[in-house]
Amino acid sequence: MSAVYVWIETFQGRAQPGSWEALGAASKLGLPVVALVFGKDASAIAQEAARYGAERCLVSEDATLESYRLEPYAALLSKLVQDNRPRLVLASATLRGRELLAASAADTNCALLSDVMTFEVNDGTVTATRAAYAGKVLSDVEATGETVFLTLRGRAFKAQAANEAASAQIETVEPVLAEAKIATKIEGFEAEAGGVNLSDAAIIVSGGRGMANNPKPAPPDAADAAVWKAQDGFKNTLQPLADVLGGAVGASRAAVDAGYISYAHQVGQTGKTVSPELYIACGISGAIQHQAGMRSSRIIVAINKDADAPIFKIARYGLVGDLYEIVPALTAELKRRLGK
Amino acid sequence: MHIVVFTRSTPDTAAKVEVDAGGAVTWGDAATVVNPWDEYALEEAIVQAKNAGGKTTVIAVGPEMHNDALKHGLAMGMDSAMRVWEDGLTETDSLTYATIAAAAVQKLGDVSLVIFGRESVDVGTDQHVYQTARKLGWPMLSFVSKIRAVDHAAGTITVERLLEEGKEVVTSRLPAVISVVKDINEPRYPSFIGIRKASKAEIPVLTSADLGVTLPAATTRVVAYRNLPARETQVEMITGTPEEQARILVDRLQEENVL
Repeated sequence: MSAVYVWIETFQGRAQPGSWEALGAASKLGLPVVALVFGKDASAIAQEAARYGAERCLVSEDATLESYRLEPYAALLSKLVQDNRPRLVLASATLRGRELLAASAADTNCALLSDVMTFEVNDGTVTATRAAYAGKVLSDVEATGETVFLTLRGRAFKAQAANEAASAQIETVEPVLAEAKIATKIEGFEAEAGGVNLSDAAIIVSGGRGMANNPKPAPPDAADAAVWKAQDGFKNTLQPLADVLGGAVGASRAAVDAGYISYAHQVGQTGKTVSPELYIACGISGAIQHQAGMRSSRIIVAINKDADAPIFKIARYGLVGDLYEIVPALTAELKRRLGK
Repeated sequence: MHIVVFTRSTPDTAAKVEVDAGGAVTWGDAATVVNPWDEYALEEAIVQAKNAGGKTTVIAVGPEMHNDALKHGLAMGMDSAMRVWEDGLTETDSLTYATIAAAAVQKLGDVSLVIFGRESVDVGTDQHVYQTARKLGWPMLSFVSKIRAVDHAAGTITVERLLEEGKEVVTSRLPAVISVVKDINEPRYPSFIGIRKASKAEIPVLTSADLGVTLPAATTRVVAYRNLPARETQVEMITGTPEEQARILVDRLQEENVL
């Protein structure tokens, strides 16, 4: 019986949580589930993959694969696919997952459906639903062929509860490319201060243009008072709320373009598409481009001065008022209730 | 240094896009614009070619509507434009796209850098970008937020990539394919003269036969487009003092089991 391959994405020796969602989706198909783990501490991560549903693990800790690079990873994945012809190859639709599976699908001339929200495996086809036109419409798509590649939208599939007693058969695989054949070298890495992993966040607190209405006076040496106020608001008003919720801070394009916060935080058509459990939009009017990036969130809370703002049309809970009064009150209330 | 940018025409970002009764995607009277990410790719190509004394070509793979994006590229300052298409191709199949795109670059012959915007908003994916790099057999540097250096003597490019976890600095051999994010530059507006020149440009259209490439049969297709299900939420407005609003909201969020 042909297998389902699941690429387990790792970064600095840790698995990316979306990979467990992909294993969860794979485990429901009634096909053998094989996890592919490459890189630093791959054997330890393979043990973890077993707890989330992998029956077999193909592992390499070769030095050429220590950190993710497309060429050596794609070369190895493509060889494994060519040699063993799995029915499906799955990964979470992260930056790396989308890139790696696309590359390997091209190498092996197989179909790829990316960033799918649901999928079904039939006799000769795989069907799936995905977003198109920047999330404004859905498309039902179909792929044919012996092997089909799929990347799965983050948080659209559920990981299994970890089974501590489970174990998997672990086999070592050899890399395909020697270092001399790899055209890219990683020279350095700078972690983002505070960390902005919006795609994985279960809760996102986002700020928009309204962040500039901070009542705190800007210092006289501030180059631009509105920018200073908004930056201060992101740091000292929104971040504490995100911290008490264990969430991440997002932003609208207007806030990013105005220089209030870095682009890594941008949610929307030209930023990230997110679907957290809870999305709290603060001072965001809710332009169609912003909605495209967050409207599939499970619960949307809108805090805005303007009762007519379009964001209230897609919100579950609406609070009209000054975010600089409501957000601190909310942070304090949550601290009290959650005992922090 | 010859730099190629791939682009597409997409509905204006503010347009309301929906599926009509016949199942077609429509955006009413809204204009099509150059795919928003591609403006950064075009700007970067123009700047890099100027620095290196090179030339630039903008290419679209697809039917005639994509001429608008090509003309935008010319108006910004790209040197030449070309469109590749023929009837019977599946526009949404990324392997078809990548096979044609790679053949077009090979046909030009002297290209050392291909730049894409990070994704196409119409098809909603970036897979064709990576697949084009693989079909060329060139290294791929995605999510580039800065080109630090292009070393012609050594034949290398050093870039910063914007990843979820932070910034990665990578050096690659040329020729290479890169995709860019909006941190990389501030795209220029086309000049009046540029727009006039572009409007008169004749854009050559090439077929797979012209490129000497045999296309594989498409293995993916769009079965149907659908409108998004309406969000079934009825908004509940929470009123009172900020403290009361906060208390009621936390009650609701606890009932919803999200905390």
